[in-house]
Amino acid sequence: MTEHLLEVRDLSVRFHTARGMVNAVNGISWHLDRGETLAILGESGSGKSVSASAIMNLIDCPPGEITSGQILFEGRDLLTLDAETRRDINGRRIAMIFQDPLSHLNPVYPVGWQIAEAGMAHGLPRAKARARTLQLLTRVGIPDPEAAMAKYPHQFSGGQRQRLMIAMALVLKPDILIADEPTTALDVTVQAEVLSLLEELQEETGMGLLLITHDLGVVAEAADRAVVMEGGRVVETGTPRDLYHGASHPYTRKLLAAAPGKGEMRQPDEAPAPILQVRGLEKSYGPFRALRGVDFDLRAGETLAVVGESGSGKSTVARLLLRLEEATGGSALWKGEDLLQKSPRQMAPLRRQLQMVFQDPTQSLAPHMSVFQIISEAWAIHPGILPKARWRARVAELLEQVGLRPEHAERHPHQFSGGQRQRIAIARALALEPELIICDEAVSALDVSIQAQVIDLLGKLRDELGLAFIFIAHDLPVVRDFADRVLVMQKGEIVEQGSVAQIFDAPQALYTQRLLAAGLDADPDVQADRRAARLALAK
Amino acid sequence: MATPTTDDTKAPGALRRYARMLWADKLACAAALFLLMMLLFAVFGPTLLDGAASKQNLRARNAAPFTLERGFLYLLGGDALGRPLLARIIVAAQNTLVIAAGAVAASMAVGATLGLIAGYAGRTTGEVIMRLADVIMSFPSLLLAVIVLYMLEPSIGNLVLVLAITRIPIYLRTTRAEVLEVRERMFVQAAQVMGASTLRIIFRHILPVILPTLLTIATLDFAFVMLAESALSFLGIGIQPPEITWGLMVSQGRQYLTSAWWLAFWPGLAIILTTMSLNLLSSWMRIALNPTQRWRLELGGKRND
Repeated sequence: MTEHLLEVRDLSVRFHTARGMVNAVNGISWHLDRGETLAILGESGSGKSVSASAIMNLIDCPPGEITSGQILFEGRDLLTLDAETRRDINGRRIAMIFQDPLSHLNPVYPVGWQIAEAGMAHGLPRAKARARTLQLLTRVGIPDPEAAMAKYPHQFSGGQRQRLMIAMALVLKPDILIADEPTTALDVTVQAEVLSLLEELQEETGMGLLLITHDLGVVAEAADRAVVMEGGRVVETGTPRDLYHGASHPYTRKLLAAAPGKGEMRQPDEAPAPILQVRGLEKSYGPFRALRGVDFDLRAGETLAVVGESGSGKSTVARLLLRLEEATGGSALWKGEDLLQKSPRQMAPLRRQLQMVFQDPTQSLAPHMSVFQIISEAWAIHPGILPKARWRARVAELLEQVGLRPEHAERHPHQFSGGQRQRIAIARALALEPELIICDEAVSALDVSIQAQVIDLLGKLRDELGLAFIFIAHDLPVVRDFADRVLVMQKGEIVEQGSVAQIFDAPQALYTQRLLAAGLDADPDVQADRRAARLALAK
Repeated sequence: MATPTTDDTKAPGALRRYARMLWADKLACAAALFLLMMLLFAVFGPTLLDGAASKQNLRARNAAPFTLERGFLYLLGGDALGRPLLARIIVAAQNTLVIAAGAVAASMAVGATLGLIAGYAGRTTGEVIMRLADVIMSFPSLLLAVIVLYMLEPSIGNLVLVLAITRIPIYLRTTRAEVLEVRERMFVQAAQVMGASTLRIIFRHILPVILPTLLTIATLDFAFVMLAESALSFLGIGIQPPEITWGLMVSQGRQYLTSAWWLAFWPGLAIILTTMSLNLLSSWMRIALNPTQRWRLELGGKRND
């Protein structure tokens, strides 16, 4: 038997929780060779991160407990080594980068110091550590690396912070780099850049790269082999191409089928008159102009997608329309009345017609209220919609409409999964019988298969109730399946708008073309074409 | 407080549910029993034992504790004038608890209300309220109490008033800081989108989130107020003998500390135990009132393995 760089054999980890013992992973085995990229693919709760935590000795015992298995690194079982030796291996030989770089960089130290510190902690002399840091910052593409050394984490953009994390991980030239959802928090174009950076670095150093992700597109783009996990077990292993074309396990097939961006595009009918006309919408924060004159129309029953990267101002549009913030200029005519000119008192009755579903249902549902209280609050605020005697029946009805059960009404939000919570948030929005629902990244925080279900639900509601949607998203494939028309925003301006077919099949603006090329597709062959297109655009 | 929808969930089962959760935390359970006992002392003590507590018996001056030869009431010994300590502690419970609870409740109510306004209203209002709090805080609280009580009649009502005023900034500042954080949370914005009024947002969405913090501070403050009251009594501007409080008993027993430790020890113990019980109960309450934490208690003593 040849020796692998890293091999996990029959690993089982369980956690003690309120609901009893949970087996996070159950007898999983995989291996990683030098110069190889292995992707561990799975949805939340599949246990995909647990094996990485076990390798890095990050599992707290208790409540966690490793019940069986071995983790062989160059033939040595990490689990039997003493803490001192493991610390030495962690960081020096095996390094890790995380999903959210901001929370893993210390805000009170300059980044140059932090990266050098990673080297000095493992015995690199100060001058050498500094030189190496400078070299790495240059390598990972931080502009003006000399000056960047003295800057603090908050002075960098999300993509740059992830580059800093990568630099920090590479200080000691590790043999293995574990990347836990390294690009999930990043914009599509930045994601593509970070992934290709990782790839180049791997080619230069010959390290093994372990990529933990939920995104089939990332697997197709970057992985040599992939391990598909579900419920703490490895269900399938293979190259991305084999998995895509010949998945044998039903779960893999379900995941592939749920990947958005393959359905029929909707053909909008031009008939109905606009119910919302936005003209010259502007918002400034001091000298910074977040929105610079945005114009668009929304017709009754239409789904308008607003896409763009972070900082493009797409969420600001929603917040201004709902008067969560005050616009600095422009008008928004809702059925002939200007929403932006209404006093809070005049606005109250209009709020019934305009509802919003937020990105993170964990935060948008009050933790101390039961589902019944959350949904029925709408009727307490707007008396006259429904007599109190009928609240209970109506809550049950709404819960069924969004695919939950009536008895869920007595529970609290934390007792639900992310997808279920978003359904509760949708039920709350529906309680007011609105005409327009603004979804601000409403499905971005959800797993692919859950995302598909929620999108289906929204589509069903749209057809049954004739709702109009403003659907704000950074994820283009989702938009492609769901929207009638698309607005593409960049830096506070609309760069292109048109029907879905126009935007996706014949994008005019260079920015739209770049966005489309940067998106990751689950099909490795399509992805290879995209990559070529991206490189062509970059030139 | 606008809570029209809570009555459905507080079904008859709720009381039993809380009782079971209290039983699950044995320390909190003991604390609750102790407080209940103190409450009974406070309500019935003065009517039952007032005579015994003020009757002087010079032969029992500084009588040692743990003997039953002078009767059950002298179990904890006698004070400098030979009055039974046990009876005096029981009788003093009323004054002590009325003053402490009154001062804490008043300062919490006023402080929290002002804090909510300061946190949620516009900038100017908030600034004015905060500067007022700074004025109170920068003034030594004991000095303020001395001045006020020198001018006013030293009575229980005035004592409560003075103690309450000096403690207001604690609640005000905490409440404001929490409101500033909670009002930015997504669920508050969701309520705004639904068209909820300001009062509704404050009372239904913000207050329930910060209430546990306030209650925890209140229990800690309870001890502080009891001791501050004894300090004022010691200076002669608080409670006047023959009225008694635990704090007064501690300060009266101080001069005999070397010869008869029990004079100051027993009332001191009563203060400590009451505060500790309140503390235990409040940390239980913090968990029991929080739906996301409640499972810790409902799980009971059961282990997983």
